[in-house]
Amino acid sequence: MDITQRCHLLIEDLSVARGERVVFGGVYLQLGSGELAEVTGPNGVGKSTLLRAIAGFLPFGSGRMSLVESEAMDSAPLAERLHYVGHLDGLKSALTARENLEIGLGILGRGRLTPLEALDRLELAHVLDLPVGYLSAGQRRRVALARLLIADRPLWLLDEPLTALDRHARALLKTIVAGHLGSGGLMLAATHEPLGLQGTIQVRLGAR
Amino acid sequence: MIRILLVVFLRDVMLARRIGGGGVLGLVFFLSLVTVVPFAIGPDLRLLSRIGPAILWIAALLASLLGLDRLFQADHEDGSLDQMLLSPTPLELIVLVKCMAHWFVTGLPLVLLSPLFGLMLDLDGSALWAVAATLLVGTPAFTFLGAIGAALTVTLRRGGLLLSILVVPLAVPVLIFGVSAAQSGTVPFLTPFLVLCALGLASVALAPIAAAAALRGAAE
Repeated sequence: MDITQRCHLLIEDLSVARGERVVFGGVYLQLGSGELAEVTGPNGVGKSTLLRAIAGFLPFGSGRMSLVESEAMDSAPLAERLHYVGHLDGLKSALTARENLEIGLGILGRGRLTPLEALDRLELAHVLDLPVGYLSAGQRRRVALARLLIADRPLWLLDEPLTALDRHARALLKTIVAGHLGSGGLMLAATHEPLGLQGTIQVRLGAR
Repeated sequence: MIRILLVVFLRDVMLARRIGGGGVLGLVFFLSLVTVVPFAIGPDLRLLSRIGPAILWIAALLASLLGLDRLFQADHEDGSLDQMLLSPTPLELIVLVKCMAHWFVTGLPLVLLSPLFGLMLDLDGSALWAVAATLLVGTPAFTFLGAIGAALTVTLRRGGLLLSILVVPLAVPVLIFGVSAAQSGTVPFLTPFLVLCALGLASVALAPIAAAAALRGAAE
């Protein structure tokens, strides 16, 4: 892992409104290189909304956000420097895992691992040439997570990354996340089950 | 950036080939419309060859509308659209390329086979070429105008009906100039054909911007 310079994500007083209804407000978060924040809270409190807002899919009601890379002074938009893996896996059932990942690389750019290497890290190399439609929910999830390794981006936003993963796959994901953080990456995960990494920052939504 | 666009184009063509439906469906619809009309009109070859270009154009419009509702919907439903929003390539260009791939799969076969279908409507040689040439310029306009409707209805389960209502009025000018160029005799070919080209180019240039704006709204 090479690219990730020292980064710094700063979120100040973020609020998101859907129509008239304020989903949440007053979110402050400071995340440095190698840090992981877990967003927790009851169902419907806005964890996914927070991640989608940070990814830039939703407009902010108020607040500011910036991802500062200290070395690279190129001011690429935030959306081009983050990975988002949500509930929808963004995979095409009719295409093979390899094709899906090659397309993912093509769309996201800045390649790092090849599809085979990335799937191998998730111990899924044997499904490389199978259509994703044939895979189980957990295997699909792992293919979607393999996209994280395909394109090199400093900030990872994962929405319920552990869903459908078995215990072994969770351990693999934990290793991959640790590697990402170790190389100076940042990660924000919305989850009900903690990944169990040291020094995790807790963000609790809806603590009223 | 060219590489990204090439990836998106090949992806959509590959998906259309694997999943099937889209292109062939439009073609069969086109064929069935063209075969049914002579039965409805009756055995009047003069009338048939006079209205032939118009029938081919109407068939092309309806066939183009047929597969459009899935243009962005499939990508919205499985989350691929989110990934495209994270691409360094502007969404407008991705939309442009997706439309081109869609036209390549659905529109181009119609254009290529239209001379064959024209024979079934008793068109003579020059009329066959006129129809094919006007369709070659006109069907991209249908696809791109339709993309605006497809983007606006991307979150609706059964968006096809609303899409038709939104798109058909926009497509009327294309239809008017297309048919008047194809129906040689009343007006010279070139003047309406050039207007048709202008309409086609304008829709290629402007529709991706409108469609991308609608898709950004849908991502919310």
